[in-house]
Amino acid sequence: MTNFDLNGRTVSVHSSDDTPLLWVIRDELRLTGTKFGCGIGFCGACTVHVEGRATRSCITPVGAVGGAKITTIEGLDPEGKHPLQTAWLELQVPQCGYCQSGQIMQAATLLKDYPHPSDRDINAVMAGNVCRCMTYPRIRKAIKLAASRMQGAANHG
Amino acid sequence: MVSLSAHGLRGSPDPSRRGFLVTMIGAGVMLGYVRSGLAAPASTTPGDLFEPTIWYGIDPSGTLTVNILRAEMGQHVGTALARIVADELEADWSKVKTVTVDSDPKWGLMFTGASWSVWQSFPILSRAGAAGRIALVEAGAKLLGANPQSCTARNGSVHAMGKSISYGDIVARSNLRRTFTPDELKKIPLKPPADRRLIGKETEALDVPSKVNGEGRYGIDAVADGMVYARPKIPPTRYDSKVTSIDDSAAKHLPGYIRSVALDDPSGTVPGWVMVYADSFTAANRAADLVKVTWQSGPAANVSERDIQHRAAELIADPRGGSLFVDDPGVDAVLASANRRMERTYTTATAMHFALEPVNALAFEKDGVVEIHTGNQWQSSILPVLAKALRRSQDKIVMRSYLLGGAFGRRLDGDYAVGAALATIAIGGKPVKMVCTRDDDMRFDCPRSASRQVVRLAWGDGNRIAAMDHHAAACWPTATIAPYFLGKDAKGAPYDPFAISGADHWYNVGAHRVRALHNDLADRTFRSGYLRSVGAGWTSWAVESFMDEAAHEAGIDPVKFRLNLLDGAGRNAGSAPNSLGGARRQAAVLARCAQKAGWGGSMPKDVGLGIASTFGQERTMPTWCACAARVRVDRTNGHVWVEKLTLVIDAGTIIHPDSAQAQVEGAALWGLTLALYEGTEFFKGQPKDTNLNSYRVLRMGDVPELDIEFVPSTEAPVGLGEPATTAVAPAIGNAIFGATGARVRHTPIRPEQILAALKTQ
Repeated sequence: MTNFDLNGRTVSVHSSDDTPLLWVIRDELRLTGTKFGCGIGFCGACTVHVEGRATRSCITPVGAVGGAKITTIEGLDPEGKHPLQTAWLELQVPQCGYCQSGQIMQAATLLKDYPHPSDRDINAVMAGNVCRCMTYPRIRKAIKLAASRMQGAANHG
Repeated sequence: MVSLSAHGLRGSPDPSRRGFLVTMIGAGVMLGYVRSGLAAPASTTPGDLFEPTIWYGIDPSGTLTVNILRAEMGQHVGTALARIVADELEADWSKVKTVTVDSDPKWGLMFTGASWSVWQSFPILSRAGAAGRIALVEAGAKLLGANPQSCTARNGSVHAMGKSISYGDIVARSNLRRTFTPDELKKIPLKPPADRRLIGKETEALDVPSKVNGEGRYGIDAVADGMVYARPKIPPTRYDSKVTSIDDSAAKHLPGYIRSVALDDPSGTVPGWVMVYADSFTAANRAADLVKVTWQSGPAANVSERDIQHRAAELIADPRGGSLFVDDPGVDAVLASANRRMERTYTTATAMHFALEPVNALAFEKDGVVEIHTGNQWQSSILPVLAKALRRSQDKIVMRSYLLGGAFGRRLDGDYAVGAALATIAIGGKPVKMVCTRDDDMRFDCPRSASRQVVRLAWGDGNRIAAMDHHAAACWPTATIAPYFLGKDAKGAPYDPFAISGADHWYNVGAHRVRALHNDLADRTFRSGYLRSVGAGWTSWAVESFMDEAAHEAGIDPVKFRLNLLDGAGRNAGSAPNSLGGARRQAAVLARCAQKAGWGGSMPKDVGLGIASTFGQERTMPTWCACAARVRVDRTNGHVWVEKLTLVIDAGTIIHPDSAQAQVEGAALWGLTLALYEGTEFFKGQPKDTNLNSYRVLRMGDVPELDIEFVPSTEAPVGLGEPATTAVAPAIGNAIFGATGARVRHTPIRPEQILAALKTQ
């Protein structure tokens, strides 16, 4: 049994320690916003935050995150209104939407590290997140929009 | 030139057969979108609902629920279709919701592909909307004590004499029974474009909110009480593999492992599949790795990409065989008598779908009905197959709809639903969630086949093309998936229209012949499929690369050269409603694109501009496309950077502008990824690349600047999901030539090909 904090709530799971965190979240805890894409950490669809860092949950054994703070797309913002989510809506980023939870979770880490990301920063940090609908141009714009709003809020806060 | 519709390929639901009838609301609806801020309506009894056609209903609260039979796979199709209804209905858009329906014969053809959704639905849904408006105005007039002629319908209410009544109140207070005969329906005049209030205006897509907060439900998210999980063992060959033994001794100790079963499939869709069951996906996944299955594999076990190309070359070299898709008289005579001829060969590699959601389905039997919960693009094609596989009639099978985590044509083939349905039957109808891993999904993909094309021309006087002869060999997915959709040439020889469309271009090239050849070896090796833009993805590669080569050979500017050929004469004049204007519209997008991209300007060293123009996919519903690619080539290592893609698109009336823009962005970048990165090869009956560790796809840093423009138009709306894909690869190939003088004739264009082409200069 492993305990960890999921979106602010302590959970105990029965899956064996070597079960990928992705499947614990999806199948045991029934939070399905985090997606399965490649299973080898190369597509980013399964990205969640472990202690605030974007992590590929499909290759992270649940035993390795005991006691850790895990955040999924469902917990990124209590009302689903994280600046990235708002920007994603405003710019109508998603097409099929399957990769977008992972894109948003990855972008959230990006903005922590680079509050004013350049195109090169975005290329580097988002390189591991595949979008087969090719929404990349809108993802880039939405990251920049969210960054400017977050900075504005910080300046006026 | 053969029109697809002439062969009854359309099969769209015929509104005239439906008339104007009141039907029960479909039960078991799973997937719907409610506009934000609008509560889901309280459940209504059928009697409460005004449902003048099967396409929508209005309840007493005024909520308009539009039934969407098309799959939502990223095109926001429900929003576009609902706006077509709502515009003619004069509905209040803030009260619109959409429901993606489950399979039912009443919907007619359930198909989402070929960029047909808006084009096919527009005449049906706009008339359905108009009919509802007429009925509501009549009923509203009575309630207001007004003459219907003096009433106007606007924003979900009927207005007269300074009074108004909402549609919801009309539904609540009237017993709406107005009926229209099919003839009356046909005669309902549609609004002039200037009176449209929703079509062509921006709006947020109804499906988007659920795609930024994790709430969207895809097939892989479907659950049922008591379900077990399963992962298939994919056999060594797609066809003719027979299980000879299953040894699960190594899996037996794995906690959660249940058992392994060889599926019995009378439909032959998943031959040689062994399903490995467990109580979690992780256990099923691990158990499948431990279960040892031996197969007697099929004859394709030794077929590799080279054999497939070799077979294509053999077919093309043999003047017998194939089907004449375009067959003007005199091609041979003109070629024989010409002083100058030109011949080139173009090839494309096998390409995979790699939809990010691996194929999966939940299946179970309930009350004698097998339910299959999965995202799918073509329920109508797979239901008869499921019936055969399950040995039961189609009315005992239902496919429930979910979001599709990418499709791009992969989910036109519902073969995975057969595997899941057989998996539940094999364990007595208990719910089974079958999930393929990425490797399974790739090995079980229905790829875009490798293609080979030989194009010849005869030069006439003044560097005009006097004849053109085009031979194309590829898989014919339609022969496998939907043989009733095959076309026939004048002599009755069959062809797959989807594997050759695009070759019947709108250039005036004198006598024109296109011969479609079925690469039978490839189709015996794998189950081929449709990939975004389908056959036009490779035929346009050949036609537009060849046009560029011909222009250079003639010493004429490639834009001018094409414009001369797009004269709109004869059969290229086009016809109402779908191709009105014909080749002239292609010329217009080409000229505009060249202008926008700075055609003819000087370029830095090793930077080039290349251009291509197409009509999308089908002559019967052309979407006029032009693309200019600006590329930079590093001569030392053969690397290509696409710096900018400029696209000009004429798709007639645009229903939902932002979605249209998004579709062209996606289609253009699919064109780019297929041009430079995506391709695999078959090796001993299997695709060589089965995951992202070796299969290269377009990523964030590869994306060029995009400049996309739509031609303002009120012509018939055509397709948008795929057409732009067709123009990009040839534009890039032509730009590489522009930058370096090196000509590439194979996609994906990899650095080694460019280095080799540079050497032969």
